[in-house]
Amino acid sequence: MTAISCKALCKTFTQGDQIITGLDKVSIDIDAGEFVCLSGPSGSGKTTLLNAMGGLDKPDSGEILVGTHRVDQLSKGDLADMRLRNIGFVFQAYNLVPVLSAQENVEFVMQVQGVAAAERREKSLAILAEVDLAGMEDRRPSQLSGGQQQRVAVARAIVSDPTLVLADEPTANLDSKTAVQLVELFLKLNTERGITFVIATHDTRVMDYCRRLVRMVDGRIVSDDRRAGKAAGD
Amino acid sequence: MAEPRPSPAILATLAWRNLWRNYRRTLIMLTAITVGVWAMILFSAMFRGMLDEMVSAGLRVLPGEIQLHHPDYRDDPSVVNRIDMPSGALLQALQQPPVTAWTARLKVPGMISSERDNRGVQLLGVEPDGEIALGFQPDTIVEGRFLESISDRGIVIGRKLAERLETELGKRVVIMSQDPDNEVADRGMRIVGIYSARLESTEEINAYVGRKTLQQMLGIDDQISEVALTGGNYRDVERWWQDIAEAAGDDLETQPWMVLNAYLGTMIEVQSNFNIIIMVVIFIALAFGLVNTLVMAVFERVREIGLMMALGMRPQWVLYQVLLESGMLLFLGLLLGNVLSVATILPLQEGIDISAVAAGLEMGGMGSTLYPELALQDMLLSTLVVMVLGVAASVLPAWHASRYNPIEALTQH
Repeated sequence: MTAISCKALCKTFTQGDQIITGLDKVSIDIDAGEFVCLSGPSGSGKTTLLNAMGGLDKPDSGEILVGTHRVDQLSKGDLADMRLRNIGFVFQAYNLVPVLSAQENVEFVMQVQGVAAAERREKSLAILAEVDLAGMEDRRPSQLSGGQQQRVAVARAIVSDPTLVLADEPTANLDSKTAVQLVELFLKLNTERGITFVIATHDTRVMDYCRRLVRMVDGRIVSDDRRAGKAAGD
Repeated sequence: MAEPRPSPAILATLAWRNLWRNYRRTLIMLTAITVGVWAMILFSAMFRGMLDEMVSAGLRVLPGEIQLHHPDYRDDPSVVNRIDMPSGALLQALQQPPVTAWTARLKVPGMISSERDNRGVQLLGVEPDGEIALGFQPDTIVEGRFLESISDRGIVIGRKLAERLETELGKRVVIMSQDPDNEVADRGMRIVGIYSARLESTEEINAYVGRKTLQQMLGIDDQISEVALTGGNYRDVERWWQDIAEAAGDDLETQPWMVLNAYLGTMIEVQSNFNIIIMVVIFIALAFGLVNTLVMAVFERVREIGLMMALGMRPQWVLYQVLLESGMLLFLGLLLGNVLSVATILPLQEGIDISAVAAGLEMGGMGSTLYPELALQDMLLSTLVVMVLGVAASVLPAWHASRYNPIEALTQH
């Protein structure tokens, strides 16, 4: 089953007098349960493609299908609903809400979804334990390390059982050990829960684990390789 | 796709915690709102107290919050336009709430002469107890006594009139008026009392005699010129004076004090409008601070707003959250402002000495003491003004926050 399908996506940006090509007729299909890395140098278009897949940015042309939703045709409000129900995001700079505790950050998406308090509490505590943050539920982001914050972000991304997790340079601000722990956590969730992961990265530590590596240059996909990635603990 | 219904708790939690994120800024704004609300209520209380004093003084001159006359009496206030004593439905209405006191007067123009001078006056044939119940204050008698009955044969005049007539307590004067047949009716009377009034014009014009005595002088039976009544609170008259008019029927003209004294009636209307204007002016000054606070608060957390939208928060929920934040700040300011108002105005209700500036105000019927009056309706009005305008002023920054593009907001530094 296809989790996400992009057809002939084009996107340009204007910077001063220059027109920069973000995406140049990009087409890609990602099946449910895949563990995909988008790699490439800065400016290659991987973050632009990720944002377009997540409905955070609209392409100038082309089609994006996430599940049954034509992302490129949805209104602002419907896009928000689609992200809320189907997609989990992990950003480079942790991006937690500073006035909420770790547990409240994890519960945030469920609260917006309108999930009942008891269910929210049960799920958030379970997922925090799963990402090794048991006992840190009441800490605010400022009281957590970078790796811990990123794990809270992962917990928030997966707590409401999305079909797809989009991660943009999730290990960029982490040390090697923490980065490996995080990507092994991704792999575990992908294997055990069947969640589709699409990770934009130029971190080789992450790429080593992926089963499909898509390389991009100047807004185009230049290679798309399926392979046996490293397993957790290798 | 059905729109999800987010838990209001998350919006409230975010709004409350964001409010205290920069607690110094919030405290400064909170202080400004508190002082603003306090100023609104204090001003209203002082203005209300001042107006009460003016109207009360005016009603002491009338006196009576509602008066009933012959339909032609106001054009020709002579004995010709007299009426019968109340009876039937009118008497029944006068003897039950909301009427707390009433009296009947014979009121005719006349002349008063001493051995040295004479003056035109208004002869008030009254029932002493009824006048006192209606608001005549016996302690305004500065010499002698007030009348004792409707058959009292003495006369009570004002201090200024005594001065003009070059007469004094105990001396005899002659009063004259026209009887129903247009014949001169007169009578010699002894001055049994001299009263003082807030206004010199009152002292010069009103001369009190027993109602029965005046009726006998004019050769009329138990007939009168007016019925005056009160309900205790002049502000409530608007609600019930027409019930009295109905009971009085078409043969009598029933008028409330707002019509009898248009100046005072207008002042009450002015008070309501003026209160709103002052409240709005004070609020506009506050609004700049409020909008600045919200703009700064929104500007400081553009990335967070972008993040929440990226995670699936609809733009309108971002708008609600910022409005809620503003609403909480306004609510706290209103609460503190109202508490401060009660704490500071209640002790002042004993009276504020304004004798240093009262000389000019005396013409308007003001005394030398101002009694601020804390009224629930003024507190509610200030709450309404602050809440409605406050939320309206917050719409722009809130709307601006809800229009962010998530990805642009997330990449802002």
